[in-house]
Amino acid sequence: MDLFVNAIVAGLLLGAFYASVSVGLSISFGQLDIVNIAHPAFVIVGSYIAWILNSRFGLDPVLVGVLAAPFFFLAGALIYRIYYAAFERTGQESLSGLAFFFGVMFIIEVVLILAYGVDYRLVSADYLGRNIDLGFVGLPLRLVVPFVVASVMTAAVWLYLSRTFTGRAILAVAQDRLALQLMGADPVKIKQFAFGLAIATTSVAGALLIMIGPVEPSLGRAYIGRAFAIVVLGGMGSIPGMVIAALLIGVVESFVSSFAGPSWAPAVAFGALLLTLAVRPSGLFGRA
Amino acid sequence: MIKRRSFMRASLASGVIALAAASGSLVSFAAQAADPIKIGFSMALTGGLAGAGKAALIAMEIWRDDVNKKGGLLGRPVEFVYYDDATNPATVPGIYTKLLNVDKVDLVVSSYGTNEIAPAMPIVMRKKLVFPSLFGLAVNDEFKYDRYFQIMPAGPEPKIDWSRGFFQLAAEQKPKPQTVAIIAQDAEFSLNAAAGARANAKAGGFKIVYDKTFPSSTTDYSPIIRAIEATNAEIIYVASYPPQSAGMVKAVHEVGLKAKMLGGCLVGLQFASLQQNLGPLLNGIINYDFWVPEPTLNFPGIVEFLKKYQEAAKGKGVDPLGHYLPPYAYAYLQVLEQSVNATKSLDQGKLAAYMHKATFKTVVGDVKFAKNGEWATTRVLQVQFRDVQPDNLEQFAGPGKRIVLYPKAWKSGDIAYPYKQ
Amino acid sequence: MFRNRADVVFWGALAAVLLAGFAFTQTIANEYYYTAIYAILQGMLMAVAWNILGGFTGYVNFGSAGFFAVGAYTSIALGKAFGEALPLPVMIVVAALLCGLIGLGLGYLTLRLKGVYFSIATLAMAIVFETLMTNWAYVGGARGAYILTPDSHLWFKSYIQMLFMGMLLLTLGSIAISRALNGSRLGRGLAAIRDDELAAECAGVPTLRLKLISATLMGAMMGVAGAPYPYFVTFVDPASAFSLFVAVNAIAMPMIGGTAHWIGPVIGALLVGSAQQVITVTVSSELNVLFVGIMLVLFISLAPQGIVGLVQKYRARRAR
Repeated sequence: MDLFVNAIVAGLLLGAFYASVSVGLSISFGQLDIVNIAHPAFVIVGSYIAWILNSRFGLDPVLVGVLAAPFFFLAGALIYRIYYAAFERTGQESLSGLAFFFGVMFIIEVVLILAYGVDYRLVSADYLGRNIDLGFVGLPLRLVVPFVVASVMTAAVWLYLSRTFTGRAILAVAQDRLALQLMGADPVKIKQFAFGLAIATTSVAGALLIMIGPVEPSLGRAYIGRAFAIVVLGGMGSIPGMVIAALLIGVVESFVSSFAGPSWAPAVAFGALLLTLAVRPSGLFGRA
Repeated sequence: MIKRRSFMRASLASGVIALAAASGSLVSFAAQAADPIKIGFSMALTGGLAGAGKAALIAMEIWRDDVNKKGGLLGRPVEFVYYDDATNPATVPGIYTKLLNVDKVDLVVSSYGTNEIAPAMPIVMRKKLVFPSLFGLAVNDEFKYDRYFQIMPAGPEPKIDWSRGFFQLAAEQKPKPQTVAIIAQDAEFSLNAAAGARANAKAGGFKIVYDKTFPSSTTDYSPIIRAIEATNAEIIYVASYPPQSAGMVKAVHEVGLKAKMLGGCLVGLQFASLQQNLGPLLNGIINYDFWVPEPTLNFPGIVEFLKKYQEAAKGKGVDPLGHYLPPYAYAYLQVLEQSVNATKSLDQGKLAAYMHKATFKTVVGDVKFAKNGEWATTRVLQVQFRDVQPDNLEQFAGPGKRIVLYPKAWKSGDIAYPYKQ
Repeated sequence: MFRNRADVVFWGALAAVLLAGFAFTQTIANEYYYTAIYAILQGMLMAVAWNILGGFTGYVNFGSAGFFAVGAYTSIALGKAFGEALPLPVMIVVAALLCGLIGLGLGYLTLRLKGVYFSIATLAMAIVFETLMTNWAYVGGARGAYILTPDSHLWFKSYIQMLFMGMLLLTLGSIAISRALNGSRLGRGLAAIRDDELAAECAGVPTLRLKLISATLMGAMMGVAGAPYPYFVTFVDPASAFSLFVAVNAIAMPMIGGTAHWIGPVIGALLVGSAQQVITVTVSSELNVLFVGIMLVLFISLAPQGIVGLVQKYRARRAR
């Protein structure tokens, strides 16, 4: 019984972390339809920034993630500008955008390798080794802290998108661009802002990633599939849907690991995705 | 009538040609006197194995410089011709065919790891070349090539010898533990290690109560550890690669796993960065290793080599201490060097014959090969972490933190049993 | 087949290349060239295959590595079941059939999924296949499988020469099929689907049938590209067979060459493939990955229609 409960708890903790990685993609891909396959690569950059400042100055990784977010925002805005000028304006998106971001992903990976080498990087912080034990349920702070931070960040993004003018404009630009223009907002500026926001989240997600485990430049590739699967499963453009999908995938992986055999975990998660796509392509909560 | 301009051009051209011919003959004359011996190989400088590959390359370059300082091989300077295989087996055939057919290297050695060694085998076998190899588990079991020489000290039956010591230590304890859990990563090396562990466990009369594998993409290991805990296994044998090993060790502590003996084949616990980060979490774990700075393993030349390596490794983003792979990367070239010097030739047949019968004195001790190219006697060390302090890299540079428990010939301390967190 | 002068030129060129390849094997013994060109041809076959569904029909396949690897593992499984008695051409045929069937399944998936949803589904499919292969002990699972080079290499001087000629034949065949498709009524139907599927359906184009043909062809060709791979590389494990690089190359080569025309993937593969081979043995190291990255970004931003697009623009400007 306690194996069962622990599996659920571990799955939820991990799922929240997956949500932090996917929330940015939910914006850039789910709402703006930009196939940013380099999103996990940006997360790795976030991990490296956290590692550098943690090992050099002893700063807490979460703090680094939050402080670096504005810079990531600016970088995201800049990249969107290039993307817009090259693709969206000429109507070439989709395939070309995809290839563009593939290129960006490889460039990021190589620059990290050239700058920092390929050795695994880890961070240290006081709370990372400790546990909270509630009866038979164990909660390692190494996963609890990312859970808390991820939840806060995802909730903040969701509130922003649903309550503020700019946020709602972002939601609107995906649905009806012309109507948005009639409402007095510049769609290009809105999209630029949204993409910047999406990249800003990778700064925090990266810090969480390196808290959970060691990071090296090509680690992002393992998350490409997961992040896109979570966004699609949850429904494009729906942040609550994305969160549920992330938690679901976390729990499924955890269950399969505990009871069936961990090797089948990826197949189950992606099999579920395929099934969802076949039965209900708009995902769990997507705009149909 | 010859116009002045074309005359000037002609004389300029012929002057240049004459000069080129003269310098060309000078160069070839000089080259004949110091015609280098070229050693060719591919090495993982990017991709998953790059951390180890780069460290190996540094060690190999130290060897090359040492040899050239002593006057080279057979009076000729040694040169490397190498290419990055990017931890991608598909590049290896192209690289080795280029090395042999275009660059015309005199000798070849292998890249690092089974994935990169195997694709080169058919090529070197066709040309009947001597092939010193760097860390591939039981590659020659498939090819049965008589000129393959593996510097990893696995032993004549690599898959079984790998974990033999671990289970022998378990069998010696009183009361003898009964149950074993085996958990292995879905990857070539770890699965082979687990297969050997399974065989050793059965041979030792242990009962296997958990035997599963996990994918490399696993992020959280606590469900796996909890599942193992539910079986109450007394011995836990883990086979994993670097980032997964770190995840396992952390999960063991977070879950509070109770076992009598924990460890096995966790690759990565030999690397400085993980040792420093995991710190005291490592205490009590019994893991495989190949060389540790214990007084029983103070082979001639190892200390000087490590000093040179640690100096050269600064700022290169590789393992700063270099205890795991670099000494063996140096040694597999020492084997080649001593063979060439002893036979005074580059003839592949003579070199192979010599390598089979001689005992080499290297920085990793005496090396003797069995008929299948593996080490004649196993020297997979079973090492236990003890008294590791948090966040301290220098402690691993010296003795006392990794105690050698097995084989008996190299033992530097007694086992601390059962495993306590 | 020989409807006009262009056809004669094309088939003549194909025959010439084939003969040149054969002559090459009889004169040059240096194995390096065959290994390098084999890799380029493999990339070209994958690119031509991808372009049938991606460039002609407009459905982007992220999971090319899945088809390639299933082709490779088909060879491995057949090799283990029947030993050396089974010749490579038989394995290629079986791989083509199997992967063609998977392609057919993928084609049916396009009924439900459009655009980027389809692409995500192909990615998920590749991962599911990878997990299946990882857990299938018969073909070695995650431990990988060794495929020893067979002794016979027919009338060629070495095994790699035989592989090279085989791959040359297969690649030229695929180019011919791709060209036939591009110029035919079928190809125009595919282009209609690519430009606006709804309009095409309304205009009477049998979209489902065409998509199924397109996907099946692509799957079969990719399986064919993968079938000889175990014999080329000697050691196959799921991680290297399902590698991201195979999938990216399959997309990058047609994109850089130009997706609308059948010659696009050929040009792209020649350019990118040769550059990659050269980089591997000269500058080496990380720069190979950087090269693909920069090429992609540059070409996609400055020449979205690929090299073919650039040539067409140049011709159009000259005509003015």
